[in-house]
Amino acid sequence: MLLQQVAATTGHPLSGTVADWMWLLPLLPLLGFVLNGLLAVVSVYRRGPADPAAESGHGHGAGHEAVHADPAHAGAHGTHHHVPPRHKFAGLASIIGPAVLFAAFGLAVSIFGAMSGASHLEQPYVQRYFTWMPVGDFRIEAAFQLDQLSMIMVLVITGVGALIHLFSVGYMRDDPGYPRFFAYLNLFVFFMLVLVLGASYPVMFVGWEGVGLCSYLLIGFWFSDKANADAGKKAFIVNRIGDFGFLVAMFLLYANIAALDFVGVSQRAGELAPAIVTAICLFFFLGCAGKSAQIPLYVWLPDAMAGPTPVSALIHAATMVTAGVYLIARSAVLFALSPVASLTVAVVGALTALLAATIGLKQWDIKRVLAYSTVSQLGYMFVGVGVGAYAAGIFHLVTHAFFKALLFLGSGSVIFALHRAYHATHSRADAQDMRNMGGLRRYLPWTFALMWIATLAISGIPPLSGFFSKDEILAGVFARAGHSTLAEATWLGIPGGPLLYAIYGIGLFTALLTAIYMTRMMLYTFHGPNRTGETERSHLAEAPWVMTLPLVVLGILSAIGGWLNIPEIMGFLGPPQWLHHWLDPVVGAPTLAVTGGEAVHLAHRTEYFLIGGAVAIAVVGILFAVVRLKPARLVTKDQAVPERGFARVLANKWYVDEAYDRTIVRPVVGVSRRLLWTVTDKWLIDGLLVNGSARVTSFFGRLGSYLQTGSVSTYAWAIVLGVLVVLGAFTLR
Amino acid sequence: MLEFLADIGYERWVLPALLLIPLGGAILIYVARIGRGRVDDIANAASARVIAFATLLVEFIVSAGLWWTFDPARSTWQNVVMKAWIPEWGANFVVGIDGISLMMILLTTFIMPLSVLGSWTSVREKLPAYYALLLVLTTGMIGVFISLDLLLFYVMWEVMLIPMYFIIGIWGGERRIYASIKFFLYTMIGSLLMLVAILYLWIQTWQAGAPTFSYDSLLRTIDVSRTAGLLLFGAFFLAFAVKVPMFPFHTWLPDAHVEAPTAGSVILAGIMLKMGTYGFLRFAMPLFPDVVMSPAVRTTMLALAVIGIVYGALVAMVQPDFKKLVAYSSVSHLGFVMLGILALTLESVQGALMVMINHGISTGALFFLIGMIYERRHSRMIDAYGGIARVVPLFAAMLTIVSLSSIGLPGTNGFVGEFLVLIGSFRTEPIWTVIATTGVIFAAAYLLWAIQRILFQPVTHAENERLTDLNVREMVIMAALVIPILWIGIYPKPILDRMERSAAQFISDVERGAAERTAASRMGN
Repeated sequence: MLLQQVAATTGHPLSGTVADWMWLLPLLPLLGFVLNGLLAVVSVYRRGPADPAAESGHGHGAGHEAVHADPAHAGAHGTHHHVPPRHKFAGLASIIGPAVLFAAFGLAVSIFGAMSGASHLEQPYVQRYFTWMPVGDFRIEAAFQLDQLSMIMVLVITGVGALIHLFSVGYMRDDPGYPRFFAYLNLFVFFMLVLVLGASYPVMFVGWEGVGLCSYLLIGFWFSDKANADAGKKAFIVNRIGDFGFLVAMFLLYANIAALDFVGVSQRAGELAPAIVTAICLFFFLGCAGKSAQIPLYVWLPDAMAGPTPVSALIHAATMVTAGVYLIARSAVLFALSPVASLTVAVVGALTALLAATIGLKQWDIKRVLAYSTVSQLGYMFVGVGVGAYAAGIFHLVTHAFFKALLFLGSGSVIFALHRAYHATHSRADAQDMRNMGGLRRYLPWTFALMWIATLAISGIPPLSGFFSKDEILAGVFARAGHSTLAEATWLGIPGGPLLYAIYGIGLFTALLTAIYMTRMMLYTFHGPNRTGETERSHLAEAPWVMTLPLVVLGILSAIGGWLNIPEIMGFLGPPQWLHHWLDPVVGAPTLAVTGGEAVHLAHRTEYFLIGGAVAIAVVGILFAVVRLKPARLVTKDQAVPERGFARVLANKWYVDEAYDRTIVRPVVGVSRRLLWTVTDKWLIDGLLVNGSARVTSFFGRLGSYLQTGSVSTYAWAIVLGVLVVLGAFTLR
Repeated sequence: MLEFLADIGYERWVLPALLLIPLGGAILIYVARIGRGRVDDIANAASARVIAFATLLVEFIVSAGLWWTFDPARSTWQNVVMKAWIPEWGANFVVGIDGISLMMILLTTFIMPLSVLGSWTSVREKLPAYYALLLVLTTGMIGVFISLDLLLFYVMWEVMLIPMYFIIGIWGGERRIYASIKFFLYTMIGSLLMLVAILYLWIQTWQAGAPTFSYDSLLRTIDVSRTAGLLLFGAFFLAFAVKVPMFPFHTWLPDAHVEAPTAGSVILAGIMLKMGTYGFLRFAMPLFPDVVMSPAVRTTMLALAVIGIVYGALVAMVQPDFKKLVAYSSVSHLGFVMLGILALTLESVQGALMVMINHGISTGALFFLIGMIYERRHSRMIDAYGGIARVVPLFAAMLTIVSLSSIGLPGTNGFVGEFLVLIGSFRTEPIWTVIATTGVIFAAAYLLWAIQRILFQPVTHAENERLTDLNVREMVIMAALVIPILWIGIYPKPILDRMERSAAQFISDVERGAAERTAASRMGN
């Protein structure tokens, strides 16, 4: 019934191909959500009595012994010894959950095939399903659009998503909320696909908020722990601050050019006044800062690691957090018109990359290291799209999805092993603290080897994927510092050229820090002596194949992902700049607008020099960490002494959370409670005005009742007084 | 369907029928009691709620026909019925609907049977009186939405207030007397001033030799001085602003909500608050467009609307009582309605109408859920709960969905309304709209914080371990509410289509009226 209503762009080269089925991409995971959600609800539901009031207070607990979902027993966080029976629908959920993802990925691949074979794909393939919000001439269509950019995103989301779903089958095996987990995860993929397929900002916003919702639900998945529930709430609210920016940007677009769909906006963007474009871009970037964890809104992402590790890999590393980068690439037409906004994106990205990398140096929780690393790498992506190297930003988005998903799943595999070990020995030690690890290469050889690939990739060692994408961004910054519209603009009084060189410098320095903290993580986790505990050690082992297989696939992708976009000067490796050419119809024109009409070209010698420098810095970072860090000297978490001096500032994340709490959260709550509620509402309006006027009324009422005494003489005096007053008034006139 | 309705003459009798059916039900409740002895007899009790539910179900089915018979393309009143009432005063029984009243009627007839279901076990004394009052209340509310005669409107307005006063005062919580008197005085002061204003307008027509209360003719013939116009508008403003409620006339609302029984809160929030915004849309603004559009009045009202949005959200955030929290959130939501109405763009007015509908559904659903958990645990305090998602998963799922719709998550009804209000208001009032948009942040803060403390975290009270999940009756109520939440969120077009012409009519009435009268007063000078 849906297909009949589809009014496709007439004559588009993709109509009539498998691309007509693109609406099924998000629908498959939605189906998974519905089925798994039903399983989740059916399995735990105990019907209430017909009359709840009559039943309450009698303390009867019928059905209390039924399936008892106690998250304290849950997956990686459980500390109890007895293993609860697997969820009764676990088998069904493990089939539905990953199956819909693999089906969606298969469909995505065949659509990709159709796109590769087609020619003249300059225009996106838009499918309109129905009118969502019609008001007068203003119609927001429920429409999807397929173009080269959304295709890449769909492939990453469904591909990496499918692998992570598979991993989850093992990782969440004994969790009492098993179907609920897959329901949320499927729902997330649905919204993420709506986000990247939406043909207009409002439809994209549906996905944008929807993924935020799923993130909220999944961070707080083990909600019986207050910290987890807090982290989920924090993520949602901080994201809403960003959404405020997204909304205002849409209002500005609509008020000025009356277009919210991407095709319309790109056609009419030229009509916008420069100041308005800058405002629109900055408000959109506020949205990006929320979703993609950039300064000043990055604080939610590290806390988001409270969620199960597959969630961290899928949502908080590979897909959702890159939505901001996608938004800017999608809005490249607008950003290219505003050098100031573009420079803002680049500056904020560079500073975020640096700040997060410094914090990453001193974290002990393995997932927190990766979380700050993610924030830092997202900063890189924003530097890329900020300087108008949109394809480079997307390239790093893709490779990062490979190696960061691998790192998170690898850490999940480590945590899984430690957790099982502590579980077996009834220990309550922290399964995520690197001080409790060490020497794991002997027990988890696969994870060890694969995580090293990812570490070298993120550090920028050739020929692994991260090397190519990071190099592409840095070269893009360097080239534009010499000649581009950005170099000619000024940003807060700073000339663009020197600013871009500074950003390049920050990028290089961050690369050094990245190599250091990643090597530190690997050394402390896998090298040196093991600190897990004498008895626990014998229980350490590699996870089952459902968890290791996705790691292997991601390891291969992390290694060879760079071939997507080989630089021109390395043409000997294969066809150069594939991704660049692929994305050209979408971001080609804006890229050229930034570079001033001609493609960026660095002299070959300069380019070799830059590449050599970047590789040298990565190697120096790794060697520095290997030489300076002594895993053998580490003690376990409970014996460790807190850091001192600057290390302590870093370990405490520059006290940014504390500062926000003191300057924003508490004042807002305090003012609301004391000034608004207590003073204004209770005292001023209710006390003074409402009850006060009631009191005044009753006062006059009582006054009146004094007058009506019933004594005739009082009345007589009153009459006399009245007559005198009236007479007096007349005589005085 | 349409043919069948035409055959039975549906369009001619439907509006009077909607007024009479509930009254008939109320009488039936008393008839059924005759010869049965004691008032609180169990048989009486059961028959009262069955009669009430059946009556309101019939009412809903009868009203549902309007959805199909209503012609969205017509700009005149539809289903008009006119009977002479007090001819020498020019007062007539005139009823009719446009797209706005259509949706308000359907909202009312949809919420009312659910309110009876929601009261099924929670109301335990004086059942016949309770259900009879609910039925009279229904007549009053429908009457307010369909009256096209100002005297009839005023009568219906009062018919609606008094049953609610008793419902709060008799079946309410501990401080019910304080709350009901506060409710009564607040609304009475406003409505008496409105009566004075209506009479003033009538005297004008009487002096001109053709006394009338007719809305249509007053709309055309009103001719008052600037000062008189300001005072008259002030009187209407007070009556409606209290009902909305606009800041700072809102403090009756938290008390009334907290003390009212579940159905009382649902009806109060779901339907009766819309009387205020409906009053602005139908009466206050079209009758006195020049006053509303004068910069001072307009700015003041915009300011109050936007303050309401932010203030309501911030105060909601710090409430320890969940019912109070929802009450303050209503102040915030209705602020969006007022902003949309005042911004006077088609998008914003359509959005405001959507928020009116959505707030009725979502906030109604929240009050139902609070009532359901209150019946089990006898507490409305947020910190009496915690961690109950594990014990009552279905309740938790419903509370989460409804809360998300209340904070305007895209894909739910809440988003459609707020988005249209904001995107439309931005065109004429960008600064106020940006401030109002911060409301979406605070909305997430107060509701998510509350549901976290209720549903998540560890179970801290042992008695919460024994809570039982929703029963079939409660699931029927919630399903009935969640379906429109998703439907309106995904496909609001049928509703928007039906209201569009009336919204446009409202805008042109106000804009043209303001221009004409301002020009006339200039010529007079």
